[in-house]
Amino acid sequence: MAKPTTSLRTYALTRLALVLPMLWILLTLVFFMMRVAPGDPVTAALGGRLPEKELQERRHAAGYDKPLIVQYVDYLGDVARLNFGTTITDDRPVTDVIIENGSATLELTFWAMVVALSVGIGLGLVAGRLRDSGADVSIRMFGIVVYAMPAFFLGFLAQLLFGERLGWLPTSGRASPEVQFLLPTHTHLYLIDAIIYGDWATFKDVVLHLILPAATLGLIIAGVLIRLVRVNVLQTMKGDYIEAARARGIDEKSVVYRHAFKNALVPVVTVLGLQVALLMSGAVLTETTFNWPGIGFELVRYLNNRDYIAVQGIITFFALIVIFVSVLIDFVNAWIDPRVRY
Amino acid sequence: MASQLIARAGRAFGPVREARGVPRWIVWAGIVLTLLFVVMALTAPWISPYAFDQYKDASGQRFVKQQAPSSAHPFGTNVQSTDVMSRVIWGARTELKVVLFAVVVSLLVGLPLGLLSGYFGGPVDRVLVLIMDALFAFPYLLLAIVIAFLLSDKFGSGVATAAFAISAVYIPQYFRVVRNHVVSLREESYVEAARALGARPRTVIGRYVFQNVVQSVPVIATLNAADAILTLAALGFLGYGIQPTDAAEWGYDSSRALSDAGAGIWWTGLFPGMAIVLLVTGLTLLGEGLNDVLNPVLRRRKMEPVTLPPRAPQEDRA
Repeated sequence: MAKPTTSLRTYALTRLALVLPMLWILLTLVFFMMRVAPGDPVTAALGGRLPEKELQERRHAAGYDKPLIVQYVDYLGDVARLNFGTTITDDRPVTDVIIENGSATLELTFWAMVVALSVGIGLGLVAGRLRDSGADVSIRMFGIVVYAMPAFFLGFLAQLLFGERLGWLPTSGRASPEVQFLLPTHTHLYLIDAIIYGDWATFKDVVLHLILPAATLGLIIAGVLIRLVRVNVLQTMKGDYIEAARARGIDEKSVVYRHAFKNALVPVVTVLGLQVALLMSGAVLTETTFNWPGIGFELVRYLNNRDYIAVQGIITFFALIVIFVSVLIDFVNAWIDPRVRY
Repeated sequence: MASQLIARAGRAFGPVREARGVPRWIVWAGIVLTLLFVVMALTAPWISPYAFDQYKDASGQRFVKQQAPSSAHPFGTNVQSTDVMSRVIWGARTELKVVLFAVVVSLLVGLPLGLLSGYFGGPVDRVLVLIMDALFAFPYLLLAIVIAFLLSDKFGSGVATAAFAISAVYIPQYFRVVRNHVVSLREESYVEAARALGARPRTVIGRYVFQNVVQSVPVIATLNAADAILTLAALGFLGYGIQPTDAAEWGYDSSRALSDAGAGIWWTGLFPGMAIVLLVTGLTLLGEGLNDVLNPVLRRRKMEPVTLPPRAPQEDRA
């Protein structure tokens, strides 16, 4: 048995080495998927709107007159330097899109995760603890219905109820137009910007705009979490150490809270990593529903404008995020569960 | 022959009949909800009050747009003056058609690929696993959008484009499940025994491995179908699904209804949304229920009362 510190480091290094082939495959898939379809991206986006000579120049500037293999190598090189290209339709570096709109997505998904974790873990623990009771059956049903609910439908209902009927909450955008205009941006995270700005009315406006989108996306993800936590509680409650704890005369309350729940939550971390795919897909729908100017919202806009460079850049960025999160989750796992570091 | 078939079918449903407690309710609720939509899809031409794209009545009078539910239009009309109820009913047909198509395509590609890759292993297997894992890790909706976008450039949007885009999401899932199952089966002693007896790979895969793997397909396919409905609706919502003039699709209708929410028009979004939720819930319950019922590890059978024969008086041996 090696010392834990050494083996954690070895594990980390092995894991990092495995990232490279996965990264290469994802990038290759993205590149060829985006190149199989159109004749060339410049014509697809701007064809008929600019004179042929200018199209030619743009094609040359973007390197589309080079052989495919050269373009491929250029692409990999650009990604390595974190250069995702410049959009064709509005001449914006994709990096800017990622920073400006990506931070809107970050703000949304962060608070959605807060909602999802509190609702999902809370209800999941209750359901697992009270197996087959009325509470368990209703919580399970709730989980299934929430999972079956498309983000845009939940968003529609929320807009109808809290926006139109009750008039409590705004249903569109990240802030009111005048607030958006006046708020100086430092981080592009409006909540933090509002705190730096130090104006209560601005802060309140930003918070109010955040509630419905974050709750919508959060509840959708909570559906999966409920089920996961419930199953894990059921499994841990069957464990030998639970029986042993009971046999030692520890009262049921602390068996459940100190022994069972803690262990039931460990596998949740792993699956949480897989939820990133769900989170990103849900974010695209939630952003479109609430006009939230996030990166998913921008992606849909660029798709509609047939801007292949923008789409390729954004998809590449998503691929990097997917890989980053999977590595992160593995590290967290290895850190809390020594059995993982083989 | 016929009676034999019925007996076989009866045996296949045996576990469903034997199920007790919560799983029984879950599986039956799933069957009822799913059947409701299947019937709706099959009988759409007869039960639907109007055609899905009809915006005038028989006398050529245009329907009033965004009209609240009334006796002529039980679910009201939408912004394009079409009848919401008709679009919900015809939509069932579209969703089920696309999803059936998508699930069959993913099975036809994913299952054999997983079987062969898992059984033979080697470098091809390793490369396939890497590609499928990469696709699997990618946000499924983005993958479907991009594929639908690329395909629609070439083939236009329609049932086939939507179905292929959705298949791209589920092929890696079937591949992974089947391959991992096969890899573990390959080491089972009965497979080894078959190989030792000189059975050819075709026989081993066909008789032993496939028969085992195929057991888990109904549950996965049902759950994936539920998921696929959501993906199709999301594609439709974002404008990459089926064109509204080709067929009724709930996701597209939901996207058009979004701007109605601010004006308090609830019927254009509520009914297609409810249809999605009910169908997906039905399929999920069916899949979950089947899993509880068919999986021997989770199965809880009916308790049969047992009466033991009275103990026979025993001779004293002492």
